[in-house]
Amino acid sequence: MRSANQIERRRQRRRRRRRRILSSGLYNTVMAASTADSWSWFPALALGVSFLKCLMINSYHSTDFEVHRNWLAITHSLPVSKWYHESTSEWTLDYPPLFAWFEYGLSHVAQHFDKKMLVVQNLGYASPATVLFQRLSVIATDVVFIYAVRECCRSVREEKGSKDLLVRPYFILAALLLWNYGLLIVDHIHFQYNGFLCGILLLSVARHLQVGNFITFPFEQGRHLEGAFLFAVLLNLKHIYLYIAPAYGIFLLRSYCFTKDNTDGSVRWSSLSLVRLIALGSIVISVCALSFGPFIAMGQLPQVLSRLFPFKRGLCHAYWAPNIWALYNVVDKALSVLGLRLKLLANLPKASMTGGLVQEFQHSVLPSVSPSATLICTLVSILPAVLSIWRCPRGARGFLRCLVVCALCSFMFGWHVHEKAILMAILPLSVLAVESREDAGIFLMLATTGHYSLFPLLFTATEMPTKVLLILLFTLYSFTSLKKLFRGFLLNTLEVTYLLGLIAVEIICEVVYPLLPWKQTLPFVTLLAKSVYCSLGVSYSFIRLYLSILRPTDKPKEL
Amino acid sequence: KDRHKRAGKPPMFGDYEAQRHWQEITYNLPVHEWYFNTTDNNLNYWGLDYPPLTAYHSLLCGHVASLINPDWVELHTSQGFESSAHKLFMRATVLIADLLMYVPAVVCLVLCILLYPGLILIDYGHFQYNSISLGLALWGVLGLGLGWDMLGSLAFVLAVNYKQMELYHSLPFFCYLLGKCFKQGMAGRGLFLLVKIAVTVLVTFTLCWLPFLTDPGQVLQVLHRLFPVGRGLFEDKVANTWCSLNVLIKIKTILSTDTQLYLSLAATLLAALPSSIKLLTKPTLWQFKLALVNSSLAFFLFSFQVHEKSILLPALPVCLLLGDLPLPAVWFLQASTFSMLPLFLKDGLFVPYAVTSSAFVFYSVYLLSALEHSSEEELRLRPVRRLVCLPRVDLGRIFYLSVAAMAGLSFMSVALAPPARLPDLFPLLVSVFSFLHFLGLLLYFNVVQIAEPPSPRRKNPKKTE
Repeated sequence: MRSANQIERRRQRRRRRRRRILSSGLYNTVMAASTADSWSWFPALALGVSFLKCLMINSYHSTDFEVHRNWLAITHSLPVSKWYHESTSEWTLDYPPLFAWFEYGLSHVAQHFDKKMLVVQNLGYASPATVLFQRLSVIATDVVFIYAVRECCRSVREEKGSKDLLVRPYFILAALLLWNYGLLIVDHIHFQYNGFLCGILLLSVARHLQVGNFITFPFEQGRHLEGAFLFAVLLNLKHIYLYIAPAYGIFLLRSYCFTKDNTDGSVRWSSLSLVRLIALGSIVISVCALSFGPFIAMGQLPQVLSRLFPFKRGLCHAYWAPNIWALYNVVDKALSVLGLRLKLLANLPKASMTGGLVQEFQHSVLPSVSPSATLICTLVSILPAVLSIWRCPRGARGFLRCLVVCALCSFMFGWHVHEKAILMAILPLSVLAVESREDAGIFLMLATTGHYSLFPLLFTATEMPTKVLLILLFTLYSFTSLKKLFRGFLLNTLEVTYLLGLIAVEIICEVVYPLLPWKQTLPFVTLLAKSVYCSLGVSYSFIRLYLSILRPTDKPKEL
Repeated sequence: KDRHKRAGKPPMFGDYEAQRHWQEITYNLPVHEWYFNTTDNNLNYWGLDYPPLTAYHSLLCGHVASLINPDWVELHTSQGFESSAHKLFMRATVLIADLLMYVPAVVCLVLCILLYPGLILIDYGHFQYNSISLGLALWGVLGLGLGWDMLGSLAFVLAVNYKQMELYHSLPFFCYLLGKCFKQGMAGRGLFLLVKIAVTVLVTFTLCWLPFLTDPGQVLQVLHRLFPVGRGLFEDKVANTWCSLNVLIKIKTILSTDTQLYLSLAATLLAALPSSIKLLTKPTLWQFKLALVNSSLAFFLFSFQVHEKSILLPALPVCLLLGDLPLPAVWFLQASTFSMLPLFLKDGLFVPYAVTSSAFVFYSVYLLSALEHSSEEELRLRPVRRLVCLPRVDLGRIFYLSVAAMAGLSFMSVALAPPARLPDLFPLLVSVFSFLHFLGLLLYFNVVQIAEPPSPRRKNPKKTE
């Protein structure tokens, strides 16, 4: 018989042994490495994601891969005068000239990997060397993005107080940007150069954010010019960023060209600095001249513009982007079906809206939407946001908010929007999300929904584990890190239920629906369901963000 | 930790087809035909050569496969079957096995183990189910560490019954438990403990082998499949003593198969003996971990018919030492991944290998500050100093040189063509280089284990476990 003391001693011994095994010096070492005040964690994060990108080299790539290979071939093999006339392949050059020059530069490296990829006639050429080169080029140009993320992290505001590194805003921002799920999926699997382009955008934003801290950033006002220059370059690389040009234009005009404000915050017209205005104008014009100049000289401007703005494509892309028009299409379809049932309509044109080929189609019940109609909608939606930063400038952060709103407006109301365009809104929103609690909540909604809407881009079975695991990883990290940063719940019950519903939608579409007999007759239902469900979430975030920009603030923040 | 589950997607044959074939065999044929050469089961075409638990696991997977798509396990017609859906299924089975067996055990111990490239590349790239047997062995170690001897022994017996290579770890388990029984006194509690463990082991073995125990011929045939003694001292290039010795003296041709068998048996036992005896006299957890390393490494270096993949068996206990001896552990793990390079090249896994190895070295050095813990005190070499005067060397620099040499050799293997007279030059260089590392590390770990002073009679040992 053992005494109570002996039993207690035994229990204590077991507990001590358990603790010794389950904790080890390793955890302490890891924590020590990461609480150092240096920025040594940043290369670790950047290298880690680069390693991950290398592992994705041989995964599925979409037709965008062939698009870029074709452009390498065109810019390398043909003279400049033929670039925008070439149409051997269906993937004609439809980005502005600066991007064509970028591809030209890449092609000089490409010839050392595989010369055959630079032959225009080799349509669909995808040798292992070609794949390796193209993938490595995306990974290499991401260096711009990494630099931009570092600059953004340096300009993030945080509360004072010693904190663990993992809870610092700049660390969370770096993780959310460098390891952004959307960028990984779209750039390194689907294949695009968004990292490079978004890097330039974020760098320009960072420059504007850095104005105001005279001690760390001494050449204060010059940063505005740098930001403007970067944006002009960006516009000439991909013209989709025209949608956020109003935000830039109004902000720079209001906060940079007008040097002083009246005491009530309104604009003082007399303080217009012509020097600054001319400097801005000349920067933008000279960049555009450099880019378009050769083509204007050759008289090819109309041809270039027609390639850049092809309005022959349909209202919606083959996979509906989760915007207003998806909801519009569904309502139209529902009304037409209802109309038929209730014998209010005679007959219907059989239009397949999510077919593989992009085609013009007419709506049955609601009025059809033309490109000019979408343009007007977009401009009308941008107007209040832009006016609000004219009337009540809230400094660089107000500008950033307006930028995100403009990007979202273009996503919601634009013509032939790709679901990838949601990244243009998610990435800048990350910067706002680590600074304000409300923005963090909006970010979580928008990012989760937006990222989920990218699922149809990778439809192969082999990519399924990758995309599911990565999105779970990113979503869980964003939720836990932001919750720890702002100490509390960021979403209400309804929002959480909606996000959990995304899981249900995925299970129904991937597991349940294929087992049902309707799969043969109505194959597009899963895509439709995903688009519509996601558009609800995106619209909700859009409205919330818009309200936050229209809400009057208590005190005008400094520039 | 989930992010490395996506190793490259190379063309798969070999082990992939073997696993698929075993699902086909176990699903379609009755138990007593699994290990025998029949009209339906041609043992020359990937015959079963693992213990019964592997067979039961394949049976389970076969049932699941037949539910999804019966073509995958159709007898005879499904040979060589490969489709992207099937690849996804097979990968998913490895992932599930990982999540059920290996990851929980590892999470309890050290998270850094999951970064170890060797296991990821072999299981997901080359394709095997090592994570099940290694996971079970880890549960065994965990059980013994927490003082649950019977559960630990149960887990280990299951591991042995999954892959017979786990016998590499059997000596330390045996000596540790026996030593523990001795320590508790053979007159009372010790004997009771011994009986309990013996009964657990015997019952588990019986349950696993139950379908085969009806006929002694069955048992013999299974053993014959598990231990192919007719196959020679080694096959291909492997980083152990015999292959490296073969470069200088052609022992494979000089000695007869029987002599080779006895020679390797003697050498293995001799190499594993010191650490086992030390463990018997001082059965603590720290000694146990070191003995696991020493015994499995000794078996790897001197045993019969060793495959390069068997380096995973010493690698697992070395992972357990990552917290206490970071520099030697990282060095060993890097060398072990490097030693499997010829295998990865054959499978087209060079890019995943390069990426995961670089990531592992970088993160080990960064997170573990491995190079900062290279003082004598931390390498546990203090007791040796009293006997032998150790030269002062900058281990950090040597480590970097070694890693650079490995990187250089890897690059040369893939970029350059070997000279016509020596077609196997690069695999040979890789295995000899790795062998030298393994030999050195075997000596080091043995010294650390044996040089530790024996535990005093009454006091609790102060050294960490």
